[in-house]
Amino acid sequence: MILKEKAKIMNKEAMDKTLTRIACEIIEHNKNVNDLAIVGIRNRGEHLARRIVAIIEKKQKEKIAFGVLDITLYRDDLTALAQQPIVHETCIDFDVTAKHIVLVDDVLYTGRTIRCALDEIIDFGRPKSIQLAVLIDRGHRELPIRPDYIGKNIPTSDKEMVDARVEEFDTKDEVILVEKIND
Amino acid sequence: MKWQRKDLLGLEDLSADEINLILNTASSFKEISERPIRKVPTLRGKTVVMLFVEPSTRTQTSFELAAKRLSADTVSIAASTNSMQKGETLKDTAKNIEAMKIDALIIRHSSAGAPRMLAKVLTPCVINAGDGSHEHPTQGLLDIFTIKEKKGRIKGLNVSIIGDIMHSRVARSNIWGLIKLGANVTVCGPSTLIPPGIEKMKVKVTTSVKEAITNTDVLNILRIQLERQKGKFFPSIREYMIKFGIDSEILKGAKKDILIMHPGPINRGIELAPEIADGPYSVILNQVTNGVAVRMAVLFLLLGKRKAPFLEPSKKGRF
Repeated sequence: MILKEKAKIMNKEAMDKTLTRIACEIIEHNKNVNDLAIVGIRNRGEHLARRIVAIIEKKQKEKIAFGVLDITLYRDDLTALAQQPIVHETCIDFDVTAKHIVLVDDVLYTGRTIRCALDEIIDFGRPKSIQLAVLIDRGHRELPIRPDYIGKNIPTSDKEMVDARVEEFDTKDEVILVEKIND
Repeated sequence: MKWQRKDLLGLEDLSADEINLILNTASSFKEISERPIRKVPTLRGKTVVMLFVEPSTRTQTSFELAAKRLSADTVSIAASTNSMQKGETLKDTAKNIEAMKIDALIIRHSSAGAPRMLAKVLTPCVINAGDGSHEHPTQGLLDIFTIKEKKGRIKGLNVSIIGDIMHSRVARSNIWGLIKLGANVTVCGPSTLIPPGIEKMKVKVTTSVKEAITNTDVLNILRIQLERQKGKFFPSIREYMIKFGIDSEILKGAKKDILIMHPGPINRGIELAPEIADGPYSVILNQVTNGVAVRMAVLFLLLGKRKAPFLEPSKKGRF
């Protein structure tokens, strides 16, 4: 299989603006940021979540609870994967009970990752609410899951892939639409 | 690094990369035991059977908790209640357990090589939980994990193992693992309890505790296996205590950040003085905590990707 770059959807500047807008929407929607917590989903969601936390903290001048989820142990397709995935640490060092949690991920596709994240976060307690923020929503949901904050809607075909890259992980901020070509 | 093995029989078989994969995976699993709900659904529907032909509390409980925290189902078969008492061979017992459709067999046995023999004839994963004086791989792994956690590295550290090296499977697994990861290992004990040819494992040998302690970063103190002392390897327990027991007096010559380890159960006041076992250098209970995470990692790597074979309806047994 060959991957062909089809279009650039977002550059660094657009990504910064998008994250700022999402952060503002989160503030608007959650009047009291004291009981707000931002939780990123590994790998790239973690870095996007950190940036959103930084923006909210700067605007509201208050500390926001932050956590990271690794959903590997909650996957429903472990036995179907070609390779044993590497398990990274989940780090939730605040009490989730009675908190409004905002999950952050890079690309929303089938919704299965979010299902894992919902199950995992509930193992830490009973949040007041769980909301979802994604940088890109590319459609093709296989579960009844809907985001509350969307950076950009990109209608895609199932032969395409959305490749979101973040500086902390991939050395560059950008979102690329890629086409899978079978050879 | 991909995990390929069906079984975990010893650290002798593993590469440094494989050992590091287990250690890294274990460090991700540590957090699960700190959660309000100490359970993840990863091994739901998998069955793990523990066949402990030799008694154990720590290892068996640790494996059982590890499996349960990954949502696997567990069954324990204890030495006193199994039908080997009635003369059944180990292979027959194992084959019968396999016929009940299981995914992993964790075995402790007094004969070296028993797990390897079973691994060859069984489809489920076989995990060695201690075989005679041969190996105890998960204990070796949790010891190395604890050292790495406290010291930040293994390479270049000086580790001394003191006590009954001859009968110790813990010593062997530690030596294999530590040497592969680049530590310098010294073994120390009465000359009657140091097996001939141990230098071939690339360890330094000494009978002087003082020498073993000087400049060492880690002191792993082995249990005097009173049940294996029928051969009279040393004149008396008292003499062993005086010459090889670790107390605050002898530790005066040690590094200030030395780690004191012991695989348990401790003979308090024989190989290890109580004030040291409970003292500030001791990481003995950290070893026990880490044991659960290491065993979770091993179970995950061996069982996580394991698929139950799909049987065509025609091949399923029917009346």
